Amino acid sequence: MNTWLEILLYVQIALSGVCLYRIIRGPTIPDRMVAIDIFGILVVGVCAIISILTGKKFIIDIGIAWIILSFIGTITLAKYLSGKKLNE
Amino acid sequence: MTMVALIIISIGVLFNIFGCIGLIRLPDVYNRLQAATKCVTLGCCSILLGVFIHFGFTDAGVKGLIAIPLLFFSATVAAHALIRGTYHFGVKMSEKSVKDDYKSASK
Repeated sequence: MNTWLEILLYVQIALSGVCLYRIIRGPTIPDRMVAIDIFGILVVGVCAIISILTGKKFIIDIGIAWIILSFIGTITLAKYLSGKKLNE
Repeated sequence: MTMVALIIISIGVLFNIFGCIGLIRLPDVYNRLQAATKCVTLGCCSILLGVFIHFGFTDAGVKGLIAIPLLFFSATVAAHALIRGTYHFGVKMSEKSVKDDYKSASK
């Protein structure tokens, strides 16, 4: 059981690497921002699998904090893209 | 009970694989965002549901359960804001696109 869960963890980390490929190679600026958004969601899955695998329960908290930080970062970048100030 | 959690986590990772294939293969930024956001959000919600089934009604399991609606709403709202900013930024669609409803609706 643990072996299969480790394989799933490595697959998930490899998918984060795929997102890094899109961040480096993206033709336009919004491509890179989309890849950063997807990367932030994938890391939550990595945190959840590590929490089951090691039995340490505080890693779920890191995942929840990462959700909120990724949300704030993406909203800020979207405001920057549409050319508005941050308070309108 | 652990076997059920393992199967649900496997389904979630499978959806994540589909989303990342879409992120690499599709032609322009709009297609990439719609494929990747749908698949990856569903996959990570499924992984968190597997965490809840594995831990049960303890503190970590309930935290995993309340992270599911948080991830669901925040990821979709962020994707909508991002793609709207992308349209106003002026990124062209791919040549194979056949319809642009937002352009005719915003006039």
